[in-house]
Amino acid sequence: AGISRIFGKVPLSLSQACLVGSDEGLQQKLAEAVLREKKSFRINIRIATSLPLPSEGDHLRPRIDLIAFMIDIKSKYSLRNVEASLAYVDASFFLGKVCFLVTGVGRLNCCSVEMSAIWKLREVYSSPVLFCELELEGIRVATAQRLLRMLEICAGLIPGVSALYFGSLMSRSANY
Amino acid sequence: ARRAGGPFANPEERKLSLLDPQRIAFLLRKQWTLYSVTPLYRFSNAHLRNYSRLLSAFIAAERQKGWAVEVGVELDIKVAVSSLPDLKGSDQDHAAILVELFSRSPASQKTSEEKLIWSGWFCSVCGDDFFENMPEDFTCLPLFLTNGAESYTAIVGSWFQKTFDCCFHRLAISPLNLSWMAAMWTGCKVDKTASAMELIFSVPGLLQPLDISYAIHPEDAKALWDTVQKTPGEITQEEVDIFMDCLYSHFHRHFKIRLSAAKLVKVSTAIASAHCDGIIKVSLGPEIGVLAVVWTGRLLCPLAETQA
Repeated sequence: AGISRIFGKVPLSLSQACLVGSDEGLQQKLAEAVLREKKSFRINIRIATSLPLPSEGDHLRPRIDLIAFMIDIKSKYSLRNVEASLAYVDASFFLGKVCFLVTGVGRLNCCSVEMSAIWKLREVYSSPVLFCELELEGIRVATAQRLLRMLEICAGLIPGVSALYFGSLMSRSANY
Repeated sequence: ARRAGGPFANPEERKLSLLDPQRIAFLLRKQWTLYSVTPLYRFSNAHLRNYSRLLSAFIAAERQKGWAVEVGVELDIKVAVSSLPDLKGSDQDHAAILVELFSRSPASQKTSEEKLIWSGWFCSVCGDDFFENMPEDFTCLPLFLTNGAESYTAIVGSWFQKTFDCCFHRLAISPLNLSWMAAMWTGCKVDKTASAMELIFSVPGLLQPLDISYAIHPEDAKALWDTVQKTPGEITQEEVDIFMDCLYSHFHRHFKIRLSAAKLVKVSTAIASAHCDGIIKVSLGPEIGVLAVVWTGRLLCPLAETQA
């Protein structure tokens, strides 16, 4: 069960993103923001509270192009949930098809998660971390646009730019 | 992250244990509201008497302008500013400064009956590497703790702000730092009659606010902490995480509620208690009580520096 292999499915003209996190309300809002954006390709967004995804319907499920893990630093549980879910992701996804969305950093007084835990995730999984206060509409729209762009790249719809190339660009700029 | 904790972990703390209990009795069993303070410009220990006089005059002038705490009560307010030379974290830290407001009702002018109505103290327990870039003329006392009416705090605060060009901000304590305090204070040895350790959580996102109180027997809490802590005198973030995770999973097993998704707002142990709004209270003392303040100060001083 779970997202086992990227190349095990026939690619369609549909690209699919998967949002994994413990705050369903926020995931829903983000998904809606992404779908509202103008785009030239069809997308499908799957929302899950954790991985693995249920195994029934696995054969009908299109290939997943991007997984965005959502962590709220105000909730220790959201971090633990993501850490447990990461174990069910095939290693090949970490070549540019995974990113972490971290919310709640605007209110340091409420933080239950140490920043070093977030940096560790970025290092261990070689995936970019985007800080976004998704409760604010403006930032939600901006994040939706970024995710859409990343999804387009991960689905291979931008000629000359692969997910791996883009991922390495992101990580190099994060270190400066 | 690695931080010191545990009784008498380093030489400065052993020095603290020799503090005169009388001198530090003032800080026990009182509720202190925390503020972060920016460095004070041209503050000098040599002028404490002057400061007492100036602050007294300032308060009297404000009263003339119509500021009053209790309507109809005429109070003569006396100010005492003193230094507590031994109350500091390391040799580099500036000694703590205590400000006390006493009231004397006109009727008892002849007698020297004075009542302490407000106290506040500035302290620095930051440790040596903190002061590397401190410019001259500036005194760093990043933590300010007050006990007493808010209106007195406002007036004392505004005098300090005018006189030393500094800023005060209420200091909030994050759930992360409250967890550190829970772990640090649990590690102390207390006698059998100690009160239970209590953690209070607030659950977000509900129509009616919900608070969850989780009480743990102090000996059980200490037994758990002892299995987690590897080096006495040192506490790491990993150890705090394991300690809290054990408490959370125990609660989840019984009540199917995930405390890790709620916000920790208050930690209360036999030694001390702390609330996320920036309120602490030290119960036991003197040595353990002072150590509790020093550890808390060490945790909060860098916080105060970044928030100020």
